[in-house]
Amino acid sequence: MEIAVNTKGSKYHVNEKGYYGSFGGAYIPEMLYPNVEELRQNYMQILGDPGFQQEFAQLLKDYVGRPSPLYLAKRLSEKYKANIYLKREDLNHTGAHKVNNTIGQILLAQRLGKKRIIAETGAGQHGVATATVCALMGLECIVYMGSVDIERQAPNVARMQMLGATVIPATSGSRTLKDATNEAIRDWINNPVDTHYIIGSVVGPHPYPDMVARFQSVISEEIKQQLQEKTGSPYPDYVLACVGGGSNAAGAFFHFLDDEQVQLVPVEAAGKGVNSGFSAATSQLGKPGVIHASKTLLMQTEDGQIVEPHSISAGLDYPGVGPLHAHLYETGRARFLNATDDEALEAAFELTRLEGIIPALESSHALARLKDLNLKPSDVVVVCLSGRGDKDMGTYIKHMQK
Amino acid sequence: MNRIDQLFASKQTGILNIYCTAGFPALEDTLPVMTALQAHGADMIELGMPFSDPLADGPVIQDSSTRALQNGMSLKKLFTQLKDFRKNIHVPVILMGYLNPVMQFGIEQFLQQCAATGVDGLILPDLPMQEYEQEYRPLFEKYGLHLIFLVTPETSEARIRQIDALSKGFVYAVSSSSTTGKDKDMKGQQAYFERLKSLQLKNPVLIGFGIKDKPTFDAACAYSNGAIIGTAFIKAVENAKDLDGTIKQFIQSVK
Ligand SMILES: Cc1ncc(COP(=O)(O)O)c(C=O)c1O
Repeated sequence: MEIAVNTKGSKYHVNEKGYYGSFGGAYIPEMLYPNVEELRQNYMQILGDPGFQQEFAQLLKDYVGRPSPLYLAKRLSEKYKANIYLKREDLNHTGAHKVNNTIGQILLAQRLGKKRIIAETGAGQHGVATATVCALMGLECIVYMGSVDIERQAPNVARMQMLGATVIPATSGSRTLKDATNEAIRDWINNPVDTHYIIGSVVGPHPYPDMVARFQSVISEEIKQQLQEKTGSPYPDYVLACVGGGSNAAGAFFHFLDDEQVQLVPVEAAGKGVNSGFSAATSQLGKPGVIHASKTLLMQTEDGQIVEPHSISAGLDYPGVGPLHAHLYETGRARFLNATDDEALEAAFELTRLEGIIPALESSHALARLKDLNLKPSDVVVVCLSGRGDKDMGTYIKHMQK
Repeated sequence: MNRIDQLFASKQTGILNIYCTAGFPALEDTLPVMTALQAHGADMIELGMPFSDPLADGPVIQDSSTRALQNGMSLKKLFTQLKDFRKNIHVPVILMGYLNPVMQFGIEQFLQQCAATGVDGLILPDLPMQEYEQEYRPLFEKYGLHLIFLVTPETSEARIRQIDALSKGFVYAVSSSSTTGKDKDMKGQQAYFERLKSLQLKNPVLIGFGIKDKPTFDAACAYSNGAIIGTAFIKAVENAKDLDGTIKQFIQSVK
């Protein structure tokens, strides 16, 4: 296992200035400049260091349980008449892909001599993954979480607290992921020396989108090897992944970005319907703008005020999308689809009954679009199963009682 | 000559710049607040363009933004309100806000409106120096608008020099590493203020963040050309029955 370092010459990876096409950059207030600049100057060197790579690989193997299996889902494949593989990020320690990134960032924070860790969280998966690595390394951990999300993801709040983290409710705006991110950024402004901010997705100022994508790129690195063993070719026909900020999708797409024969299919949350006014389908509803210090697509009013999104899954309830994905959308490299709250619920129950796997609501959005791909029996499809459904049992129980 | 430059040419100490969010406390209070500020002795006015997600601001200014947006404030509305303000107001006026609403309005159209109505300068905290230099500088200069950059206690000397070289009007020295409205002690900042002063920048310096009363205003003025008050002013007017009287009292208590 090795962190992808050399991406020069690619049309889709970040350029030297921190941009993906016209998207990306670091639109930060001066108060954040020293911290972000410190990261920018050091991250590639740290990631490329053999000692760092070895420590990262060892922890992913022995602590997270990687490589995560690539499972041929037989009954799901029969139903959709193709070869459908599930990349089992749900089997990672802490139950989602988020931990790949937090392991990488905590090791980086240690090398930068930081003593205090902050994070934002939506579904609570990134918060739990951050609290976990902080416990592992003995570092102080503060997690900002929208007060709406604290209510709908109570089990994860308790997990973070048991792990020793302080969970601070974000009570401004829509009181969800966007506002938790604002509060984390404000904390970083107020603590400019000893604190590292572990962002949970491929969002925020450069170098975060690129750094997080590189830590998550282990997903597609493994997919390639595993497909080679199972099918004789490293290339699938399709890769599907849900997109909130876009980190599991970035990881699942990373090593296929320049292999144009592989169709990349990011699936966004349509909420109650793309045009219902209660949606988080950013590529469909967004326009270029600046959110959380990154130039990207975001949902906004005509006056440039950021719109409050809606999704049944807290992890996808974000009005922006990472700049890599905005670029994949603009260039047409990826085919953006979306799934409603109801479709995601249906897909979650379908996978559970066909395969005995209870998926996270986020991941269920990707599963929900299998039926629209016009698959051929020879097609090889990989779905990134980004997380498990334990945290969503409250929602699932309500659905069963309907 | 830009009004900001005129002001600093005629007055070098004790300059009082007061921040208020446009469309706050009520939608149509923008001009009455500006009029009262000038009448009672503010030397400069910083008008906030409200944004849904003001990253560099603390809860008080954030809430004032939210309230202004609920009142119906927008950039379009603001330029309508500012259409004839130069008939009565002659102190320098700066617009402060975040990049996204300005981008949606259209950067050039925005600058053109600023120039047409009589705005003198801009503070856009999330427009970094590099982007400004690479993309936007000629436009700002075309319309004669000063873009004011921030420095903080963590800014290196080399970068302060770069910022000073690029800045026009004045340099905005953030008193402590914080969002607006944090009650950090000015005494702890003396070394930073001394360091700034010793750099002998080409631009005047105004100190902001955490200035809230006479002692903090005087402390800031001892090291700079003046200071900027935001949060304390918002708190003073947010529930004011008599805006003019409240503003008069506020300025008298500071100066
Ligand atoms: C299981 C799971 N999948 C996906 C996401 C969405 O994040 P991203 O789009 O960064 O992969 C989350 C976020 O909380 C999550 O918990």
